[in-house]
Amino acid sequence: MTNGIETLASRPIGRRAALIGLAGVAGTLSMPWIARAQAETIRIGFPTPLTGPFAAEANDQVRSAQLAVKLANDKGGIAGRKVELLVRDDKLNAGEAATRTLELIEKDKVHAVVGALSSAVQLAVNEVTRARSMLYISISQSDTINEKDFSPYTFHEALNPTMTTAVVARHSFKKGSKVAYLVADYAYGHEMLRGFKRAAKEIGAQTVSEILHPFGAADYSTFIPTILSSGADILCICNFGRDQANSIKQAVDFGVKDQMKIVVPVLLHNQRLAVDPEVFEGVTGGANYYWGLEETMPSAKSFNDAFRAMYKGTIPTDYGAYGYTGVASLLMAIEKAGGTEPQKVIAALEALKYDIAKGEQSYRKCDHQSMQSVLVLESKAKKAMKSDADLFKIVAAEPASESVLRTCSELGFKS
Amino acid sequence: MTVQLIAMQLFSGLALGAVLIMVALGLSIIFGMLGIVNFAHGALFMVGAYAGLYVAGLTGSFWWALLIAPVMIGLFGMLIERFLIRPLYGRSPDDPLLLTFGLGYVLVEAVRILFGTDGIPFSTPAALRGMVNLGIGFFPLYRLFVIGVVVAVLLLLWIGLEKTKFGLIVRAGSADPLIMRVLGVDISRLWLVVFGIGVGITALGGVLAAPMRNVSPEMGTLVLAEAFVVTVIGGMGSLPGAVIAGLIVGVSVSMTSLFAPEMATIVMFALMAFILLVRPNGLYGRAASGL
Repeated sequence: MTNGIETLASRPIGRRAALIGLAGVAGTLSMPWIARAQAETIRIGFPTPLTGPFAAEANDQVRSAQLAVKLANDKGGIAGRKVELLVRDDKLNAGEAATRTLELIEKDKVHAVVGALSSAVQLAVNEVTRARSMLYISISQSDTINEKDFSPYTFHEALNPTMTTAVVARHSFKKGSKVAYLVADYAYGHEMLRGFKRAAKEIGAQTVSEILHPFGAADYSTFIPTILSSGADILCICNFGRDQANSIKQAVDFGVKDQMKIVVPVLLHNQRLAVDPEVFEGVTGGANYYWGLEETMPSAKSFNDAFRAMYKGTIPTDYGAYGYTGVASLLMAIEKAGGTEPQKVIAALEALKYDIAKGEQSYRKCDHQSMQSVLVLESKAKKAMKSDADLFKIVAAEPASESVLRTCSELGFKS
Repeated sequence: MTVQLIAMQLFSGLALGAVLIMVALGLSIIFGMLGIVNFAHGALFMVGAYAGLYVAGLTGSFWWALLIAPVMIGLFGMLIERFLIRPLYGRSPDDPLLLTFGLGYVLVEAVRILFGTDGIPFSTPAALRGMVNLGIGFFPLYRLFVIGVVVAVLLLLWIGLEKTKFGLIVRAGSADPLIMRVLGVDISRLWLVVFGIGVGITALGGVLAAPMRNVSPEMGTLVLAEAFVVTVIGGMGSLPGAVIAGLIVGVSVSMTSLFAPEMATIVMFALMAFILLVRPNGLYGRAASGL
């Protein structure tokens, strides 16, 4: 450009040349990315099942993730750069998720990926990011992501089945308890079952029946006679999404709750809302987050308040909160690393200590599992609810501890 | 494994069979009389449940929902027949099939827009809560009520088709529409009514299912598959076939649940494949003449 001005100055300027020059200047002004190339926007890819049976939870994830991005931009960006969230619908399909993730990496040139809601879809995303050395914060329950699917570029912000079941069992199983399991026949159910049985063995609880049900079953009535005749005092139902609401409702219709206590690995906010309070009343289960935590925890209060301010007074839900803690912890690490250079961000994530919604959290160095508080919730009776959102009583909030995880050496890591 | 458990399992299977008959009836009637494979069946079942939810919300009563919602959706079905399906008569049987297939998607999306994607609670009516002692074990009163309704609907259908003049005309019309037209019977009005009745019964199934299964926009997806299995096993368009097939499928699912629970869904499809191999027209199916 300066060159052009010199040559222009050295000879008389024709009308045509002046017009071309003006056009050039206007063009440069309207293309700010040329002038500020070093302040490139930080782009975060976010694949999640916006359509399909987990849509409710997925939309909560997106809203929470957008909150984290907004808060970062409001205080002037991260490491002097603006942040942008690129949300993609993975349609709850592993193939679709892999394609979208690849597109995010190759076409949209994202700096990191956060997301996925189903454990199987998450593993597909993980495979793509691992092969391309792309940072990935995964936010759905999985044990294998800490073991055979481990990637040095992947950090697991969600709870894993081992820690979830260890804490839930500690607060609901007793020595001598007789437990019947009703388990969805796919990865999520199998991993939860394995975790519960591991915990039950330590506690001294006994398995009396184990029923695998097809994923997405509509009618559970034919499984119930076996459960009722098993003599169990606890029915542990390991399934997700609509299956949870459906199976609990039908078990209650058949009087299962009169004979035994119902325990689930994860008590879902949105599924509780899909049935009447008396159906879930007394059902106990784990959670990564519940908005009621704000009564005792300042970081939960500020997260809820920010969420309420952005979304007309509504509250964040369990799986939604993962979207927030996943994106926010990544941004904190990018800030510490001073940029998006992957090795520096990995080092920063491994060293990160954060308390942004639910107490102290940190990523364990060997398997990149987020050590975090695990909540145990009990669904309230209708008369005990103070508002429509007052769904659960917090039975326990176990602070972050490595004791509920399998050890690094158990997982096959050196340290 | 006690005799009592097996007896209870058998009963659960028969009860499930009644639910499956209810789920399949509408599909079977519309195919049997009109020769239309209604792929919007599952979606209309779901729309019926939502209509029930809406009426119950307005009136505060499950009983009004049970009466009004099927009539509402039945009338809606007549609109579908009059303006969407009627122009397709006389064309290839694929055309109404593709039309209803697309219609199913439109209905699911419309419900998502109107009522949201989340499941919505639908309480069991207070009078039908609780359990009944059957001697072999306890069974929910509501499910016994559903069996009663299914029996009543089947009886009404049988009387309507076999014992009335209207039924006689419908049967004749489905056997040979051309001759009926020559005899001066307004066939298109007849088909309008039959389609409306089929859709109304489908919606009734949706309202009845709502307190057992959750109400959500996707609740019809599995229903379509279940209804097809029952209809195909029984023989497309045969009412006694649908009844026998519903009971057989219910008992097979129930017994599989006892011995190999993870196979409980797949068994109905395996059964269907087997029946198609040995009796290609289903248990009570007529040979596919003219279709």
